[in-house]
Amino acid sequence: MSDDAHELDTVPDATVTDDLYANPGLAEHHWRPTDVDPKMEKRAERQVATLFGLSTICTILFVVSYFTVDKTDTFAGLGAQNLTLGLTLAGALLFIGIGVIQWARKLMADLEIVESRHPASSSEADRAATLESLDQGIAESGIGRRPLVRNSLLGAVGLVGVTAVVPLWDLGPTNAKVTKEQPYPGAGLENTIWAPGMRVVRDVVGTPIRPGDLQIGDLVNAEPEGLFNGGPDGEPLEGVALQVGKSKGAVVVVRMEPEEIIPGKGRENWSVDGIICYSKICTHVGCPISLYERTTHHLLCPCHQSTFDLADSARVVFGPAARPLPQLPLQVDADGYLVAQRDFDEPVGPSFWERG
Amino acid sequence: MDTTKVANTNGTEPAIAAKPSRAGAVASWADDRLGLATMAKKNLRKVFPDHWSFMLGEIALWSFVVLLLTGVFLTLWFTPSMGEVQYNGSYEQLRGIQMSEAYASSLKISFDVRGGLLMRQMHHWSAMLFVASMMVHLLRVWFTGAFRKPRELNWVIGCLLLLLGTLEGFTGYSLPDDLLSGTGIRAADGFIKASPVVGTYMSFLLFGGEFPGESIIPRLYIIHVLLIPGLLLALVGAHMLLLVYHKHTQWPGPGRTEKNVVGFPMLPVYAAKAGGFFFIVFGVTALMGALLSINPVWKYGPYDPSKVTAGSQPDWYMGWPDGALRIMPGIETHIWGVTISWNVMLPILILPVVAFTVLLLLPFIDAWVTGDKRDHHLLYRPRNAPTRSAVMVALMTMYGLFWAAGGNDIIAIRLHASINQITYFLRAAVIVGPVIAFLVTRRWCISLQRKDNETLLHGYETGIIMRSPEGGYTERHLPLDATRAYVLTARDRDPVVDGEVQHEVDGNGVPTPHTGRLSGVRNRLRTLMWSDNVQKPTAEELDAGHHHAEHEHELQTALDGHAADGHQFDGHHLVEDEGLRHH
Repeated sequence: MSDDAHELDTVPDATVTDDLYANPGLAEHHWRPTDVDPKMEKRAERQVATLFGLSTICTILFVVSYFTVDKTDTFAGLGAQNLTLGLTLAGALLFIGIGVIQWARKLMADLEIVESRHPASSSEADRAATLESLDQGIAESGIGRRPLVRNSLLGAVGLVGVTAVVPLWDLGPTNAKVTKEQPYPGAGLENTIWAPGMRVVRDVVGTPIRPGDLQIGDLVNAEPEGLFNGGPDGEPLEGVALQVGKSKGAVVVVRMEPEEIIPGKGRENWSVDGIICYSKICTHVGCPISLYERTTHHLLCPCHQSTFDLADSARVVFGPAARPLPQLPLQVDADGYLVAQRDFDEPVGPSFWERG
Repeated sequence: MDTTKVANTNGTEPAIAAKPSRAGAVASWADDRLGLATMAKKNLRKVFPDHWSFMLGEIALWSFVVLLLTGVFLTLWFTPSMGEVQYNGSYEQLRGIQMSEAYASSLKISFDVRGGLLMRQMHHWSAMLFVASMMVHLLRVWFTGAFRKPRELNWVIGCLLLLLGTLEGFTGYSLPDDLLSGTGIRAADGFIKASPVVGTYMSFLLFGGEFPGESIIPRLYIIHVLLIPGLLLALVGAHMLLLVYHKHTQWPGPGRTEKNVVGFPMLPVYAAKAGGFFFIVFGVTALMGALLSINPVWKYGPYDPSKVTAGSQPDWYMGWPDGALRIMPGIETHIWGVTISWNVMLPILILPVVAFTVLLLLPFIDAWVTGDKRDHHLLYRPRNAPTRSAVMVALMTMYGLFWAAGGNDIIAIRLHASINQITYFLRAAVIVGPVIAFLVTRRWCISLQRKDNETLLHGYETGIIMRSPEGGYTERHLPLDATRAYVLTARDRDPVVDGEVQHEVDGNGVPTPHTGRLSGVRNRLRTLMWSDNVQKPTAEELDAGHHHAEHEHELQTALDGHAADGHQFDGHHLVEDEGLRHH
């Protein structure tokens, strides 16, 4: 901050402003009762000390409640421990705050003081001196005279950042790598773990579904059976494989009157007795969808309200999604259970650049 | 041998005569090594002007400190891992369920660590306070003109703080890996994938492979506890340094000018007030943590990519881009073998960037339009910059409507309205609403300016109704006192003469050269900025007004001495000696 007396450039121009009324100057200082009355002063002092005392009490109560209140107790529907710890902590803090501010307002000097401003800029002399030093430094470095050095340095510094960016490549395998190496079933954005003949099983419990189990108007949240027996030895998937499998394989199975279904072109035999199956993953940004209105066959996404007509190839009837939900072609296996004819014909979930 | 410098007594007294006080000793010990006295001399008694609106930024500052403190506490127990464990803690409903370690440790903090839930709730509440107070502080700075030269860079830093605070909030509430926040990450993955060309690469790199993978929580964790807090801390420091360097703005008033700053000294009054206020902010956060449940992650359950809760919504400060996403029509282009997702890109990747850039540039756009190169340290009332105020209210309206769109499902349920119609309405409202808000605010401000002028010219309303001998009723006006009149007139005149903006003259009275293709645009914007404003009265108008008021006063003096307090006829007391009450 410079102390020299170059002028603040705030002086309003005469055409812009004028003083209709003179600045009356600082208001007269009024003494507070605590300034003139020793009784009031003592009283304020006691108030402040009482507030600090209350804070101390709250701190003690905080420690006491930490050790005495059981974590399973409740009070008025709230966790008793959270309540006592929170209230005593709040008291311990608030009483200090209120006490300090009461002290400042009642007992500390309340005389306003005036400070003059300085321009944010440096003085002309300083600026000139700085520029001169800068010029001298630049001249001595010779950076202006040696374009070869300068340009090669700029190139090198500009490029050195690459060493920080390139190693980020190993943050994770790319889609191409995942798809090519197939380290787990259904790897990559274009595939899911659905495979020809894989049973459609109920979510969570994993029981297979017979067409007869479903009433007209039912919606069942379902999964590929591979989640439950897709491990190397037929054990359930777990960990990342399970999560990735679910994030693409989850489906909804609905049953409606067969004549209500308007089958898409080439999808005439994708449903079984009015039972039809779609990806549960929204084509907008990927939320799982399951809010079903049976009379209209509309399925609504709870995240951004895209609505799909399940009777009409899951066409988008409302909301920000741009594509219908992918449909899973169904059939019945030899044991009479619903199975997939094959994997989805298109990638499930949100759109991406290479999707085409 | 030169012995002149050798002590010539064996006395025990040191060369320094008096022993300094203990505080003095500590101070000189420190100053010998740090040389702080030069800086402290200037700043210990630094002046802080008093006004409630200057406290808003302080709330943000202190809630940031509360965030750091409670956040450190939470890190002691939180495990940022997506490794699967079976939950065996004390929350019955979820016992035996497979979940990530992140979620399990969040449950542990909530149920098995004493005070853990309190800290979690305080952390979440102070995050909301942090973002909210930054926003209100930003509005205060805009509406009162505190963003003008020399403080534009501090506006930029403040905007960056708001952006980083929002990202910090998002990374923070995603950490517990519950169903709600996981759905948020799921959507974020959709946003990333919608980026042109590099979308899937960014997604696979960020998630360490395919969504959801097992890397995102640890990665968000380090961003949340180290990267962004570090940046926030540095920017808060820069924001404070600039505040100290520029000194605080102040309201016009008796003794306050562009060249001084009037208020209480840092030591002791402001140190006490600000320090005390820290404890109050902290205490209020503790009170909220004690009484108001927030983000009950145990109710949502662990994240499962095949499940979702109805009414899924992000924290409120992420609500407006989510609203934009909801009301965007589903437009997608499939061309040359690629997919361009306008329905995701426009509302979530482009709109927030544009909005933030506009916010960041507001002071510079304003300076370009006005051509004002002067320093400004005195604030103005929002009404005295009608167009600026209208611009911000228009932006607020747009924000509010997008935000409402983010809750369109809740609105539909609560008001039993059709979600489709609400969405169609909001699609139009986000465009029309800000325009209406702009026009209304601008006119509203101008009317308030007119009202100020009336008060200056004719005095304030006393509430005393005068009845003339002819039977007419008038309200008595009395002149403003000198201070009030000064404060009302302590503002610049806009460069307007007879309703015509003086384009040739800039704020310094220097002619603006008519160059550049944009000078026509600029002139039109200037006209919009100033031409309808009501200027404060001229000295002549003021004289005439006062003369008129005096004349009226003379007419009314005849009525003085006749009480009019309503008790003339009810016989409650005698009224002969009462005059009209003067306020």
